Amino acid sequence: MPRSAATLCLESALGAASRAALVTLVALGAFAALLTAAGKDPLKAYVDTIAYVFGNPYGFSELLVRMIPLLLTAVAVALPSRIGLINVGGEGQLYMGAWLTTAGALSLSDQPAYVLLPVLTLLGFVGGGLWALIAGVLRALRLVNETISTLLLNYVAPMIVGFFIFGPWRSPESASYPQSPAFVDAARLPSFFHTRVNAGLFYAFVCLLLYWLLMTRTRWGLEMRAIGGNPEAARQLGVPVFRIILIVMFLAGGVAGLAGMVEVTAIQGRLVSELSPGYGFIGFLVAWLAGTSAVGIVVMAFLFAVISSVGDILQITQGLPFAVVNILMAVILFIVLARRSVGSAAR
Amino acid sequence: MTHGPPLIEADGIVKRFGSLLANDVAHFDVRPGEVVSLLGENGAGKSTLAKILYGYYAADAGEIRVRGERVDISSPRDARALGIGMVFQTFTLIPALSVFENVALFQSDLPAVMRRGEILARMRHYADRFHLAADPWQPVRQLAVGEQQKVEILKQVLAGARVLILDEPTKVLAPQECEGLFRTIAELRAEGFGIVLITHKLREVLSSADRIAVMRQARIAGTFDRREATQENLLRLMFGGALVAPARRTSPPIHDGHGYALELREVSTLGGSGAMQLRDLSIAFRPGEIVGVAGVSGNGQRELGELILGLRRPHAGTKLLWGEDASRWSVATVREKGVASIPDDPLALACVPGLTVRENLALGTGVRYRAGLGVDWQALDGDMQRSFARLKFPRPNFEARAATLSGGNLQRVVLAREFAHAPKLIVALYPTRGLDARSTMTVRALLEDARDGDAAVLIVSEDLDELFAVSDRLLVLYRGAIAGEFGPRDFRAEAVGPLMVGTGDRADAA
Repeated sequence: MPRSAATLCLESALGAASRAALVTLVALGAFAALLTAAGKDPLKAYVDTIAYVFGNPYGFSELLVRMIPLLLTAVAVALPSRIGLINVGGEGQLYMGAWLTTAGALSLSDQPAYVLLPVLTLLGFVGGGLWALIAGVLRALRLVNETISTLLLNYVAPMIVGFFIFGPWRSPESASYPQSPAFVDAARLPSFFHTRVNAGLFYAFVCLLLYWLLMTRTRWGLEMRAIGGNPEAARQLGVPVFRIILIVMFLAGGVAGLAGMVEVTAIQGRLVSELSPGYGFIGFLVAWLAGTSAVGIVVMAFLFAVISSVGDILQITQGLPFAVVNILMAVILFIVLARRSVGSAAR
Repeated sequence: MTHGPPLIEADGIVKRFGSLLANDVAHFDVRPGEVVSLLGENGAGKSTLAKILYGYYAADAGEIRVRGERVDISSPRDARALGIGMVFQTFTLIPALSVFENVALFQSDLPAVMRRGEILARMRHYADRFHLAADPWQPVRQLAVGEQQKVEILKQVLAGARVLILDEPTKVLAPQECEGLFRTIAELRAEGFGIVLITHKLREVLSSADRIAVMRQARIAGTFDRREATQENLLRLMFGGALVAPARRTSPPIHDGHGYALELREVSTLGGSGAMQLRDLSIAFRPGEIVGVAGVSGNGQRELGELILGLRRPHAGTKLLWGEDASRWSVATVREKGVASIPDDPLALACVPGLTVRENLALGTGVRYRAGLGVDWQALDGDMQRSFARLKFPRPNFEARAATLSGGNLQRVVLAREFAHAPKLIVALYPTRGLDARSTMTVRALLEDARDGDAAVLIVSEDLDELFAVSDRLLVLYRGAIAGEFGPRDFRAEAVGPLMVGTGDRADAA
């Protein structure tokens, strides 16, 4: 049993990698055509990206930094997908995790780091978890589809953050720019090797490991896969479907909330309004392409971290806004969607 | 009336699905004014042959002739153009449209502007003969199942069908409705239609067919004229002499000392979202008895099963299991206390196709195989292997995905799981629906063995013959309430049937 699970995992990871390669090639081609039409040099952009990411330690460290929220938000999508729920609310859950973390960091600023950081980690988890739980409750009661509610909650969370940084938490030092006061040093998640690579990477891999263990080694994983495979049969066999929906949505939101906690405590050092350039949505793409495999999520998060570096490069060397890279990601999304629908039609 | 060339003839029909030989039929024909019954157990090839005649499948080899002329039927449209119609088990009516609209929609050469009067006149003509009471403007969804079936037949007849293939038409009907169907069939026969009646119920065949073609293992094992056919020679041909209907067992003595296994005290549930409301049910089941529940589908049988299993909570009243108040117990608790469930559709209700057989066996076993955070797979394997052996089922590969198993093997996996821990109360909802005669016998024998082992058994079925054969006591559910209770002495369709459709009352039934 363990061996077959491992083999299965490896196979799905290899499958994910080859799928990723194909999709990336097509998407890069389409994006290159677009850049050419805009009078830019796509080949230079790609070569610059490779040189930047793999040619110097700093570039590579930034890649790892970018992978952290992608890994976490991807787990937040993969986990509910195993019980057949589609969580597109990683972005909002990230914001609420960051929000509750900030509340803790500002009010407990006199605590030492060994107390404060575990508390902030917990708050980040709870903030995202409770936010996702709203959608979980609505779904479990069969009132609102979780895809709709998580998507809409994405628009609410940044407004809550905005309200606090324009209002009660507005920093007195930066009156012109809405943001919270800087966190005390004790509230900063440690970074390593004079880069921005931080303990969040450790969080991400722990979450991935726990996710994998949960699904393959525990009876809860079995029950979750039963719900995902046939909810009616699971209900008839006494699997507590209602409770599992709530727990899974809370855990998923919590993991996305950790991404927000890492952003404010390690990267920003304060709560800001443009906290995430859509990590929650990219994480959704990552999980979807990875097909819920833990190894696949790592592969895909790496790939998407590279792709978003293309955006940085275009911004620096060719004067294009970072948002241009969204076109590339959208192209990838469309290719994936097209492949899915062709696949299901053929079946 | 059986004159003229056959309306349809089939010669040398061969059909394979992969390595499975589904049809190898030397000759089959239907003449005008004749009811030909295709009899055989599930999987014998009856439906395949019918679907080839209707153009749903293409035969690998063979020839089909209509009124003596060789034809090529490659789609149901071709078949309809040649006057061949088929009524499936699941109707193809559009519930929101009226009877008239459903019939008109099916006419092959419907002009842009309908000649309503003409269609209506022809409809009325046949509606009278079929005793179809429905108003042409009534939406089909308001009709009873038997009436819908008549509309389905009417639609085929008006579209020009001369041969009508009826696939297990009585399966969905209450006994009274069956009579109506056979009256309709008799009318059609008198008008010179050819009828193919697919069924596995001997009684229907013997009372209505002119000729009986018995299918076994893809072939027509023999054809009888009505005069020569007897129950015995049909059975022998169907099963090759391998099957003898078991004699009805005598009821075990009533255990006075025992408490009730299950007791419902004036239990009502909430209806809504398609569920029938159960009203004031008071029932008590003793260990060691099989209680049958008769009723037309949708009168609360499923809800009763769900109530007992804990899938549905009582809104009023009390549910007791072995004397304990179980009204609020979860499904998991109910199962842990020794309640097993045998559903009609294991693939939909008791299995997760994407999981392995072993994982499916572990589901619903509650705390029994807990080992830390995981599952004690060794203990589970041992118990389940013993269960397969005890039931004399071949043991499937536990590593295989459930989806790769055939329906019959899947049913065995469910039975092995449910019987693995000597259940004390078994809820069997239509447990033999869709099973062939052999598997049906196995399931019934299992239920009877469990009863003899002092378990209480609740069996819900639409098949009165089945209920009469296995039950020690029979309840009739009608619109969510108990319409009557019968002992073995009163097991007669004439007595039970009227209560099932709400026309009799207790006084009449007695």
